[in-house]
Amino acid sequence: MIALERRPNTSRFWLYATPLLAVILTVLSGAILFTVLGFDPIEALTAYFISPLRDSYGLGELTIKATPLAIIAIGLAIGFRANVWNIGAEGQLTLGAITGGGLALLFYGAEGPWLPPLMLVGGMLGGAVWAAIPAFLRTRFNANEILVSLMLTYVAGLLLSYLVTGPWKDPMGFGFPRTRMFGEGALLPTLFAGSRMHIGFPIALATVAGAWFLIARSFIGFQIKVVGLTPPAAGYAGFSNKRIIWATLLCSGALAGLAGAIEVSGPIGQLTPSISPGYGFTAIIVAFLGRLHPLGILCAAMLMALSYIGGESAQIELGLPLAVTGVFQGMLLFFLLASDVLVHYRIRLRLTREAV
Amino acid sequence: MHSETSPLTASNTPPRLRLREITKRFPGCLANDAVSLDLAPGEIHALLGENGAGKSTLVKILYGVQGADSGVIEWEGRAVDIPNPSAARALGIGMVFQHFSLFETLSVADNVALAMDRGTGRDPALLAEIRRLSTDYGLALDPTRIVHELSVGERQRVEIVRCLMQNPSLIVMDEPTSVLTPSEVEKLFTVLRRLRDEGRTILYISHKLQEIRDLCDRATILRGGKVVASCDPRQETPNSLAALMIGRAFDGPKAGKPVQVGDGVPLLAVQGLSMEADSPFGTSLKNISFTVRAGEIFGIAGVAGNGQNTLLAALSGERTAPRDDWVKFEGHSIGRVGARGRRDMGISFVPEERLGHGSVPDLPLEDNALLSGWGRWGLVRHGLIARGKSRQKAEDVIEAFNVVSTGTGAAARSLSGGNLQKFIIGREIMQEPKLLIAAQPTWGVDAGSAAAIQSALIELARAGAGVVVVSQDLDELFTIADRVAVIFDGALSESRPTHATSAEDVGLLMGGLFEVAP
Repeated sequence: MIALERRPNTSRFWLYATPLLAVILTVLSGAILFTVLGFDPIEALTAYFISPLRDSYGLGELTIKATPLAIIAIGLAIGFRANVWNIGAEGQLTLGAITGGGLALLFYGAEGPWLPPLMLVGGMLGGAVWAAIPAFLRTRFNANEILVSLMLTYVAGLLLSYLVTGPWKDPMGFGFPRTRMFGEGALLPTLFAGSRMHIGFPIALATVAGAWFLIARSFIGFQIKVVGLTPPAAGYAGFSNKRIIWATLLCSGALAGLAGAIEVSGPIGQLTPSISPGYGFTAIIVAFLGRLHPLGILCAAMLMALSYIGGESAQIELGLPLAVTGVFQGMLLFFLLASDVLVHYRIRLRLTREAV
Repeated sequence: MHSETSPLTASNTPPRLRLREITKRFPGCLANDAVSLDLAPGEIHALLGENGAGKSTLVKILYGVQGADSGVIEWEGRAVDIPNPSAARALGIGMVFQHFSLFETLSVADNVALAMDRGTGRDPALLAEIRRLSTDYGLALDPTRIVHELSVGERQRVEIVRCLMQNPSLIVMDEPTSVLTPSEVEKLFTVLRRLRDEGRTILYISHKLQEIRDLCDRATILRGGKVVASCDPRQETPNSLAALMIGRAFDGPKAGKPVQVGDGVPLLAVQGLSMEADSPFGTSLKNISFTVRAGEIFGIAGVAGNGQNTLLAALSGERTAPRDDWVKFEGHSIGRVGARGRRDMGISFVPEERLGHGSVPDLPLEDNALLSGWGRWGLVRHGLIARGKSRQKAEDVIEAFNVVSTGTGAAARSLSGGNLQKFIIGREIMQEPKLLIAAQPTWGVDAGSAAAIQSALIELARAGAGVVVVSQDLDELFTIADRVAVIFDGALSESRPTHATSAEDVGLLMGGLFEVAP
């Protein structure tokens, strides 16, 4: 008989081993999936996971995808630690792209070195304002922030569509729904020749370091932890639950907005109806895969970025459908959640029960 | 005390239940170590032991909730396997749990029907049967009432009737009196004696020594998972039973001399406090008034669920009162001041729930020192945690209050109940409060720790602080409190000095027979 038995203490080993286990199981299942689809599994997995990393261009692409994922996931993780479930990072990202991109359009032809930083700050403000709506409704009317933030994602998407098909449409764009390309001075500088890697990646690294410091050393980080683990103890200590909700939602909204501004001022360079391949949702997986820990999130963001560009490379090399990317991401989260049980429980094989 | 029928232990009849060498090991502890026990028909058999002695584990094995690692259970002379509770019930074993397992939104009859798999509580035959049993045994009960309207004593009757419906020959009762008033206890004992006289066996689990001497024919004492003694409790004194239970001579808390309380402004003055409960099944407060002076211990007695939780939240500031002047501290109105502000003023608080309210279970002791001590100990500088200092404070508490743990890095959940409670009480006392409010400070704590905690509270009051103790345990209040008042259905009685009243009088008040304090 197989039995699950609760561990007396949570297992530190499995806490860090389960993400690796989930990755291994995902790769194995992927191999099976490719075989069933009629591909050579080794070749397909190589195309998916190895080919994209062979040159500096590929590595640069990896950081471009990892940057928004890491920045958003850091913000989400701070909220998740306090049981504040911001599911609408995609919408906050969109708002950040609108406000950041709006500044680029506003100062078109009058750019200076001050403009990219201003756009990033503008993006953070836009995302924070969008996240302030669920924060207000939650603290004032106890409205569920999961639903509110998620629904606002679609509102943000429609707002962006309206802007790029209406008032902000490129007059020289042959009617395509997009804005004009931003001026050269509104774009983030790239770091190396021969790679599209831009200054967003160092910003992501700085965010990771800042979040680590916040969580480990600051009193607000401690309050977030207590509110998340044991709300009655937080009330007993006199920590304000409302303040934590506001702080975490504004912080995660601002970071998602930052990611949005980085996207439009970095690789895209204009506003289009679809500026994100679902970074705001994928970042939720990244946050959990990284165990809500900043360093873990950085690694998870790299892995997820690989799944994006791996999907593109597998499509190009083998003609696999792009939907494989979603399948891989879904399997990864599924295996992670399933193997998480090992953190709190252990498997015991009991042969027969002794006569009682 | 007395016993009309002596236990039937004729050597030729097999015992009703015999446990032989039952052993159960959990990760990190041996809960039952070769426990053997015989239960005869027609006896009330006490299972006595401190928390963690292995009583609950043994009962769970007997009722099929857990399997034993080794050992034999014999029922009426033959070995049986009890894989689950329904097998136990089929044999004739009934159980009345310490924490009631009733659905609050359903009727009494619905609850009985659910447990017996008998359709709904509208079945007239079932209603009649419940009525018959409850009148037979003097357990007044209306089967159509909704459980959340019932008092705690009535809920227990539901549990007992539900158990009796299956006509069990062995009834296991786990700490049945912990939530009852003294008069309810007396009624319960009458029922239990009657059940015994019908030839049923009762396994009575408790750590209340006087009750066991009043009620039980035999006692088996567990300590550290082992049977350490078996005796006739009527031949023992409470002190000798306590010594068997804790394994050494028992020291009660140091009794202090009567206090000299100041005549000036009272430390804490609650005046006309009324407040809604925050849950539909909570009890709202009705016009509560009392004062606490520096240097005294003020006891609030009462059966659980009579508004203690609402009152405690209003005193700690976790919920603020509707009006600022309903609660005053040193003459200043603080009704609208939150928990943090009150702690800064010098009011400390020990919640009833140690794990999950007074501490964060998953965090180490040094973080739990930070939890309530950050303000008064100055553990936060420029928004950053002073790690070294909070570790030192946790260290100081551990040392001063003899907290057994693996150090400041030990998670709160890894401590035993008594040690965690000592840590929490110590943490609050070492912040040098002017007023300490403690809820059930020794509930479920081993006797040694309980005495240490009570001594610490007395010492704090003698040093000039005010102490409020909310407790269900009258013995405790009469040991440490200078004055005592009773809370019933959200109202508070007038207070009386403990030397001028008796446990019996207070027990009557706990049943609600009082005029509300002006």
